[in-house]
Amino acid sequence: MLHIVACIKQVPDTKVAKINPKTNTIDRASAPAILNPYDAHAVEEAVRLKKRYGGVVSVLTMGPPPAVKAIRKCIELGADEGYMISDRAFAGADTLATSYALAKALEQIAKQRPIDLIICGKMTIDGDTGQVGPGIARRLDIPPLTGVNKVVEINKEKGYAIVHRKLEDGYEVVKSTLPCLFTVEKEINDISFAPLPNMIKAARYHPTIWTADDLENVDRKQLGLKGSPTIVSKIWTPPKPKGGELLEGTTEEKVEQLLSIVLEKKELFQS
Amino acid sequence: MNLEDYRGIWVYIEVKDGNVAPVSLELLGAGRMLADKRGTELGGVLIGSGVKPLATTLFAYGADVVYVYDDPIFEHYRTEPYMRALLDCCHKHKPEVLLYGATPTGKDLASAIATDLPTGLTADTTILDIEEDTGLLLASRPAFGGNIMATILCKKYRPQMATVRPKVMKALSPDPARTGRIIEEQIELHEEQMRTKVLEVVRETVKKARIDEADIVVAGGKGMGSKEGFQLIHELADVLGAAVGASRDVVEAGWIDHHHQVGQTGVTVTPKIYFAIGISGAIQHIVGMQNSELIIAINKDPNAPIFQACHYGIVGDALEIVPLLIKRLKEELPKLNASADAKEEIRHA
Repeated sequence: MLHIVACIKQVPDTKVAKINPKTNTIDRASAPAILNPYDAHAVEEAVRLKKRYGGVVSVLTMGPPPAVKAIRKCIELGADEGYMISDRAFAGADTLATSYALAKALEQIAKQRPIDLIICGKMTIDGDTGQVGPGIARRLDIPPLTGVNKVVEINKEKGYAIVHRKLEDGYEVVKSTLPCLFTVEKEINDISFAPLPNMIKAARYHPTIWTADDLENVDRKQLGLKGSPTIVSKIWTPPKPKGGELLEGTTEEKVEQLLSIVLEKKELFQS
Repeated sequence: MNLEDYRGIWVYIEVKDGNVAPVSLELLGAGRMLADKRGTELGGVLIGSGVKPLATTLFAYGADVVYVYDDPIFEHYRTEPYMRALLDCCHKHKPEVLLYGATPTGKDLASAIATDLPTGLTADTTILDIEEDTGLLLASRPAFGGNIMATILCKKYRPQMATVRPKVMKALSPDPARTGRIIEEQIELHEEQMRTKVLEVVRETVKKARIDEADIVVAGGKGMGSKEGFQLIHELADVLGAAVGASRDVVEAGWIDHHHQVGQTGVTVTPKIYFAIGISGAIQHIVGMQNSELIIAINKDPNAPIFQACHYGIVGDALEIVPLLIKRLKEELPKLNASADAKEEIRHA
């Protein structure tokens, strides 16, 4: 029986989020909160591995109370248990402080049921860093396997996993001891449709919620803003480049002008 | 932590197929500027198996000193042994800044190092600067899905670390006469203690030109209207012998595979000609293509930000313009080759 934990995050949908031009901050009201798309693939993979090998899938998130919705989404996808750490002490965390808090929560989860495998999405669409997953692995001193796009085998008895890690021009086959941590690429799977019983379960689901005080042996100096070595000093809209020359005329005239601009680079087209 | 103890700008040197990865040479260029501004040395950390001879390349591209960890255990990149070596080097020589390419390897290693040191790490930086007197690294990157830029500082910890996108910084022109110091380092690592093993490396032979290497990229966005409309992008690319690029929303809509995504979370491209068709131009896309030699934008919306970032723009319907352009190119391109052939014949005559 494998115990797989997927670490997930609720994020503003940056595709539709608007920026308040006066304050240069994200207008949260304009952006619906969604389960980070890469994390959905992490949960999907965990559920697939559970079907293949048997086991339990837990999900863990850090966030404000509304993030419960993201956990419910994971229950729809087939996760069994949800854990959330939620406390003002966690607020303002950069990737270093986030990996610390999540690692502490994972240690707590492991006390109830030992963890064989942790799966994270490749990155979040609001932070875009991809640093939290590998950070968690270091905190727990387990091997991080980033960019996983295929799980070949998990063998709990013999204590190893074999995966494909994506490279810039191919992939490598890597064997690792268990437990370990994967960050997964989108192409690892297609998200399945949630069956109705999962949806019913999800709607009624209440995850375990821990505050900073509920976590054992936590060094508060390493949490939240206090525990974050990086700070955002300035948010700015880059100065607009002066812009290009707009071609004028009828469609045909525009195309002719464009054609002569392109054909000026004739060395590109001569074999 | 005494910040004064930390000196020098470092670049983690990525090695690929026995050569220095281009991004590392670009970072040496950026690092040289930072080191000169600070009046300090530029160092490269070279980890691998049989890599010592590469140090001369690093000197030619601007390094003053190269720290080498050369051992068979480093044959393939693995987080664990590489991390041990780089941590060892940081503890011994205390750099004030350490830069990595924002490649799969660079990001993996940087995240591990940041956690262990510990220190701050800024991801996917596109603009780097340093305060001359304080040595504070100003690392700027697109934030919130690319709508705005954020400048990130790490005031209290050293080294200050950042991963930097390939093809954003410029390598110096190499000076083969430049030399520097090689410092050979050793660290006790045993294969049987390593928890991961690379069983096989599979290089995928890519049939089409890779977009980060192509001379011409034709990129399409949501303005193509539909997956069917997006076929026009493929057609135009075929006629031009170009690679196909795409904006993030097109990839998310499933019109094309994510390998084609240009931008902050995709690939950075620097072709000789870049077509942005039906792409509005979020910063995140712009940072991925702004260093292209010639940028041509076609978009219905005259206020689309892409027109600020292009050299030539056409305001109009791509579904009308692109087919016309394809037709005219099919007529004109063969003539170019014909005239080249004619010249060749004259030369040989």
